Amino acid sequence: MLQLLLHLLVLLLFAPLMLGVITKTKAWFAGRIGAPLLQPYWDLLRLWKKGFVFSRTTTWVFRAGPVVGLVIPILAALLIPFGALSAPFSFNGDLILFVYLFGLSRFFTAAAALDTGSSFEGMGAVREVTFSCLAEPTVLFGLIVLARLSDGLALQNLLGPHLSQAWLTMSAPLGLVVVCLLIVVLVENSRIPFDDPNTHLELTMIHEVMVLDHSGPALGMILYGAAMKMMVLGALVVRLVLPLNTGMLWLDLLIFLGGELLLAVLIGVIESIMARLRMPRIPQMLIGTTLLSAFALVLTLR
Amino acid sequence: MAHLSNFCLLAVVLINFFCLGSARLGACIQAVALQGALLALLPLSEHGFSGHTLFLAFAAFAMKGGFIPWLLFRAIREVRIQREVQPIIGFVPTLILGALTTAAAFIFADYLPLLPQHHDSLFIPVSLATLGTGFLLLITRLKAITQVLGYLVLENGIFIFGILLSEAMPLMVEAGVLLDLLVGVFVMGIVLNQINREFSSLNTERLSALRE
Repeated sequence: MLQLLLHLLVLLLFAPLMLGVITKTKAWFAGRIGAPLLQPYWDLLRLWKKGFVFSRTTTWVFRAGPVVGLVIPILAALLIPFGALSAPFSFNGDLILFVYLFGLSRFFTAAAALDTGSSFEGMGAVREVTFSCLAEPTVLFGLIVLARLSDGLALQNLLGPHLSQAWLTMSAPLGLVVVCLLIVVLVENSRIPFDDPNTHLELTMIHEVMVLDHSGPALGMILYGAAMKMMVLGALVVRLVLPLNTGMLWLDLLIFLGGELLLAVLIGVIESIMARLRMPRIPQMLIGTTLLSAFALVLTLR
Repeated sequence: MAHLSNFCLLAVVLINFFCLGSARLGACIQAVALQGALLALLPLSEHGFSGHTLFLAFAAFAMKGGFIPWLLFRAIREVRIQREVQPIIGFVPTLILGALTTAAAFIFADYLPLLPQHHDSLFIPVSLATLGTGFLLLITRLKAITQVLGYLVLENGIFIFGILLSEAMPLMVEAGVLLDLLVGVFVMGIVLNQINREFSSLNTERLSALRE
């Protein structure tokens, strides 16, 4: 019970900090001072204090979008170990549930976007669904590789302490999986090379355009959910790169949180040094990562 | 040391995929140069430091990583090539074909009658995969300069294969191979210049249409 509370507390308190670190890194690269690290928390507080505004053409679907977007990352976080802290819930095959929980949240976000009836939002929904359905095989192939290296189908086992051993013998496929999962983190969280979270040019927006009509607390829920989603998906990468088990709770927690912060810095660096990909190049890139992760699977099977 | 060579070989495969999927000529040349430079590490990590391997590594690094890319960049500048690579079939089909070749190379390498110490290493499958990638680049691209790149990748594959034999092979053979490569690229550069002078484009498809 205590562990469950700790898990949730870490997730809820830490997630927006990653966004702050990313903006700070980008500002540092651009030679600016940038917003304070805790700005995402203040943003969420400010949005929470505002009132709801709903268009008369929308139905309950529009209202369900942000709620699902907030709840799903919390549910998914319960299935995934945070570094060496074991997951509160774990059963055989929960990796499928993990992947499709995010599918569910995407469905509701896209449905809420379509519910507004705005043509721009429909366009964003189309793009988001296209890109994420191309990103899905990459995640699944990567998780299958991990399942092959471990002896179970639960995320708890996949990301277990055997990973540090596996890096010695199977470094090639693991390296590929890390690269693929990092790209998936970028795609799923609508980060630059694939999508720009700060853009407001309708022709290039993907994720942002879907949430244009949400305001106030609803927008806050979406932003909070997005931050937690980044942390949960990032947990996969962090655990793969830093498979350390010290046995001490606080040290393990610190290693995990430090890893997440490093990941946030890395994302900030990538966003600073890369330009956005052209829209037709994104599917090519995603098919490329799918092939890479499939190749990693071939490497483990031989 | 097996770790370092495994890492290099993996990077070689990644660069193969990059070359197949990238639309930018400059980025492709840089990637091939990086691949050549990485290959220069392999003789050292596989056979340790000796006069033979040091020479091989240095020659490979200077040629594949430095001189030939410089020649190619110069060729691009001289002939003023547009940056886009033109494929006959699209990038995604080439990528998929490349992945299939790579997977096939890995499966095929398991059935080869190899020495037991080579059986689990990545050398043979990666060299076969790189050969396949080079062939694909040669076949599927229209512009002459990308075909030179395909030729280079092909040679990289042969080089990886040759590293396993480098203990048994005399230095002259390797020097000869590197020289051949250089001459090949030189000739291609001259040919490119000639094509450019005679025709308005470097599209090799037009060369096959005979006209008075």
